[in-house]
Amino acid sequence: MDNPAAAPPKLVAEDLHKSFGEKVVLDGITFSVADGESLAIVGPSGTGKSVLLKHLIGLIRPDSGRVIVDGQDLWALSGLERNRLRRKFGMSFQEGALFDSMTVFENVAFPLRRSGRSPAQVRKRVLECLEIVHLEGVDDKHPGELSGGMRRRVGFARAIAHEPEILLFDEPNTGLDPIMTDIIDEVILEMREKTKATIVTITHHIPSARKIGDRIALLFGGHLLFEAPPEEFLHSKDPAVRQFVEGRARGPLTDGIVEIGRKHLSEGA
Amino acid sequence: MRLLEALGRLVLRVLEQVGRFFQMLGRAAVWAVRPPFDLPELLRQMVRVGWDSIPVVFLTTLFTGMVMALQTYNGFARFHAEGWVGSVVALSLTRELSPVLTALMVTGRVGSAMAAELGTMRVTEQIDALTSLATEPVQYLIVPRVLASIAMMPLLVLMGDAVGIYGGYLVAVDLLGANPVTYVDNSFKYLTVQDDVVSGLIKAAVFGLVFSLIACVRGYDTRGGAEGVGRATTRAVVSGSLSVLLTDFFLTKLLF
Repeated sequence: MDNPAAAPPKLVAEDLHKSFGEKVVLDGITFSVADGESLAIVGPSGTGKSVLLKHLIGLIRPDSGRVIVDGQDLWALSGLERNRLRRKFGMSFQEGALFDSMTVFENVAFPLRRSGRSPAQVRKRVLECLEIVHLEGVDDKHPGELSGGMRRRVGFARAIAHEPEILLFDEPNTGLDPIMTDIIDEVILEMREKTKATIVTITHHIPSARKIGDRIALLFGGHLLFEAPPEEFLHSKDPAVRQFVEGRARGPLTDGIVEIGRKHLSEGA
Repeated sequence: MRLLEALGRLVLRVLEQVGRFFQMLGRAAVWAVRPPFDLPELLRQMVRVGWDSIPVVFLTTLFTGMVMALQTYNGFARFHAEGWVGSVVALSLTRELSPVLTALMVTGRVGSAMAAELGTMRVTEQIDALTSLATEPVQYLIVPRVLASIAMMPLLVLMGDAVGIYGGYLVAVDLLGANPVTYVDNSFKYLTVQDDVVSGLIKAAVFGLVFSLIACVRGYDTRGGAEGVGRATTRAVVSGSLSVLLTDFFLTKLLF
């Protein structure tokens, strides 16, 4: 956000705290994303990146702190209002999270069920979305018949079907081969182009974060340790950022500067 | 000391589960009366709970009726009361055996499937995906399953009543040589629709609510991958069956 005064931020996380039992996962997370901006959050596995993302859409309720979407506090709303606010979001899940009892077509059509569109319009929109993610001719297949990369892209198509203003991507290219990883990144950029949506992506893949994000933030030990535009992030002298960018086993993220770092290593996560 | 501790933990866990059950019951009740109503999904679940359970319920109640006839005949013959076999079979089936055994079989067949299905949806984030698509999972997943179970259980039990009584007739008349006319006459002589048949059907509806909601909650609350799904499924059947038997006692006392 070069000029925060220009427009109110689309999405704000304000001092989010979350613990599961003894384990503190989020320990005061604050950031904001401007309308149309793309933020990539990186960090080692098991540091609560998915948990953070799920807070943004209200799948998990923070112990304290607020999530503000278009000026509305997500948890100050009633359940029905919160549900309505969620229509502004489209979320892509780690393994796609496709409804496996439904075909690809039915999956992508799901968000359109109550949109008041005629069946012909729904059909048109579904095929349009599948085309955006470069999947054609698979609409009558079931998720089980698709490859990982295809499932991921069906998940994208489902996430954008109802024309959301905010897109959340949970590890969009984990577990895919390098070429498919890059294809997925390209698809995300194309989707951004076409939908003009605000985007938050979490990933542990630095090249993806660099490609997708206008800004990159490093999440570790329940804090956002560093936040900068891609080039600045990649050339930062911050030791934690350096360790993660260079992918070294030894460094502040694993050496016990942070207590959780040590635990992280011993658990081998 | 350790025994007390374990006992205390057990009590706490049971109380927690009972609390969770009623919490979910409240949520399901609220969402059941809120539009939109998903009729196709309700019908689909009714087929799964009702129609697909017919073979199992048929065989269970048929053999129960047959065994009842054999056993009571054996006992009653000792004081020359063979004529009452039909009455006993009909009464015990409609009031007790058909509802309870049907509920137990359906818990095993349908409850386990519900828990496994919802559990898998939970661990593969499909339930989160529903929420993210502004669809309330309780309304979309739990309400149709519970409503279908409440609606279909009485129908299954009604069929079970008829099949069981017929099973008893088969054994008594064809195997043990009872007089068919007297047997049928005795079967229905003391059977009243309101007290016996209806009380059994009310039980059935309550059992339907209990087993399906427990199974759904088990599945909905699943944690921890494939192993968690297995655990949820087992627990759905165990606590579902136990709860059916427990509710049966209190309902019987209430309805008598």
